[in-house]
Amino acid sequence: MTEQRTAQERIIWLLGIVVVIFYALFPVLWIISLSLKTPATVTVTPNEGFWGTLVPSEATFKNYEALFTDGLDGPFLKPLINSIGIALIATVIAIVLASFAAYAIARLDFPGKTAVLGGALAIAMFPAISTVGPLFDMWRALGLYDTWAGLIIPYLSFSLPLAIYTLVAFFREIPWELEQAAQVDGATPFQAFRKVIVPLATPGMFTAAILVFIFAWNDFLFAISLTSSDASRTVPAALAFFTGDSQFTQPFANIAAAAVIVTIPIIIFVLIFQRRIVAGLTSGAVKG
Amino acid sequence: MAEITLDKVTKRFPDGTEAVKQLDLDIADGEFLILVGPSGCGKSTALRMIAGLEDISDGELRIGENVVNGKAPKDRDIAMVFQNYALYPHMTVRENMAFPLKMAKVEQSKIDEMVENAAQILDLTEHLDRKPSNLSGGQRQRVAMGRAIVREPKAFLMDEPLSNLDAKLRVQMRAEVSRIQNRLETTTVYVTHDQTEAMTLGDRVAVMRKGELQQVGSPQELYDHPVNLFVAGFIGSPSMNFMPVEVSGRTAKLPFCEVEISEATVSSLESHSAQNLMAGVRPEHFEDAKLIGDQEGPRFEVEVSILESMGSELYVYFDTDAEVRAEQLDELAADTGGESASESGQIVARLDATSEAKRGERIELWMDPTKLHFFDLESGERVAAADEG
Repeated sequence: MTEQRTAQERIIWLLGIVVVIFYALFPVLWIISLSLKTPATVTVTPNEGFWGTLVPSEATFKNYEALFTDGLDGPFLKPLINSIGIALIATVIAIVLASFAAYAIARLDFPGKTAVLGGALAIAMFPAISTVGPLFDMWRALGLYDTWAGLIIPYLSFSLPLAIYTLVAFFREIPWELEQAAQVDGATPFQAFRKVIVPLATPGMFTAAILVFIFAWNDFLFAISLTSSDASRTVPAALAFFTGDSQFTQPFANIAAAAVIVTIPIIIFVLIFQRRIVAGLTSGAVKG
Repeated sequence: MAEITLDKVTKRFPDGTEAVKQLDLDIADGEFLILVGPSGCGKSTALRMIAGLEDISDGELRIGENVVNGKAPKDRDIAMVFQNYALYPHMTVRENMAFPLKMAKVEQSKIDEMVENAAQILDLTEHLDRKPSNLSGGQRQRVAMGRAIVREPKAFLMDEPLSNLDAKLRVQMRAEVSRIQNRLETTTVYVTHDQTEAMTLGDRVAVMRKGELQQVGSPQELYDHPVNLFVAGFIGSPSMNFMPVEVSGRTAKLPFCEVEISEATVSSLESHSAQNLMAGVRPEHFEDAKLIGDQEGPRFEVEVSILESMGSELYVYFDTDAEVRAEQLDELAADTGGESASESGQIVARLDATSEAKRGERIELWMDPTKLHFFDLESGERVAAADEG
């Protein structure tokens, strides 16, 4: 690519970018608009054309207030806490387990290594819906039904393969000599792992963490099937239980407001970690 | 500080190949020993076994008084400099150098002092707070050295530490390594494939081939009295010329001249009863006949096919039609990626810069008759030399 782009090229690029951004963000824009409308105007289409529909005629934050009015007894706050707790715990456990597993796979030769990797891949490809029935029965018998653990466990089993694969790729990039240097310098294998390998693999760990967090945060299938109350119901499932003013009105505006709120943690999560992900930490480790 | 003893140390890989075979080495306290050989000769594996990064399949390794076969690298109290430096990229130079001390649980104030000291020796003081990625190759190399010397280990192990530097820097760092080792007097094992490094740095040099130790000795010993074709061909640059030779009575007939040899040489040749002989002469033992005066030795005329002027000396190449092949020489040639000169019958002579040799012209050369070596073509062993009884 030459450094000087022609004006024509620039315009084409710009157009392309605008189209992609609009395509990606328009639904978000629409749901924000919905969340600001009063219940009366949500389903009404005034004769004001496209922009009139998009821009609420009278913006209100009532829908957001309604979500939190009853505090923990309300429809939203407890599920939100459940969501944050479950997703974070699942992410932390997944990253710790995945980094041990990935380290072993990247560094050691042990019998059944390919079987472990193949098995992990098979699990990731397994249709989640087919496990819901058995899990429902098992969790009922084990007392895990409608608990945090009852959701964390299936989230781990479906997100671990992905996390392991990501981390194996990152660990393989780290020169083995660094670890040997640490060992010669007097570190135990675990110290070498903790002080040298882990800091260097942080971009990989954050990448994997984001993937696991998003998976757990967005899951609807397990959340709706394995919970029955606010004790462990997460936001995606809780949205389905929102009630309108009467049984004939759908609470579209409230759902939209909740959807906007649950999007925020993901955005924050990605914004915080993206710099760590991009940072090329290994530069200068060896000659290069 | 300690001596290192390898007693029949063997490395066998799971697929059955033996990378190091029954290696016996005694490295004295404070000695600078070079392990040298072409790639794949087992020198790095041997070093890694001393470091503890590679298991020892057989034999015994002692550092000081203790057998350390089963000990983890961290319990051996050795420091290693890696070919790729292996600096911790997320730590500053200071943290890199402090790492071994932290692992050894040295007090922080002591650590600071020791790091400052090492940095001073290596001229790194102003770079202490930079990250390795912001350093030049030579500086990174010095940091790697610093990390090794900072805690005064029993021994330094260096695995081709200079091979990633450019030629000029390498010469400079070579002197630096030598200076540091002299100053600290720590037992050092240094692996290289570069015979110049081997010759210039070491108190003693150990030449390895296919996992087997060929010869250990001072650089001069190896140069003057190589035990076989392999060592003779490996040590010295440009390497020794090899050619077929026929001995009848006290005359050795070389492709380009005849040399008279001593009674002692004849008798040691006879006692070995080698079938086919090969002769070896180093390039520096030829000279332009005009410059040599009336010194004893054969004179002969050759046609100069290639002339290389180094300023301080001249390299004159001439062709003979006598080709020789020996397994050990083929190995050396394979390592450098070409066919050996002896295979093509080409001989190189190093002449004084004042010689008037010209390409394509004939010139009269002289050869030092006392510097002729005789090798058994089959076994490669040296069977006699003109300068010894």
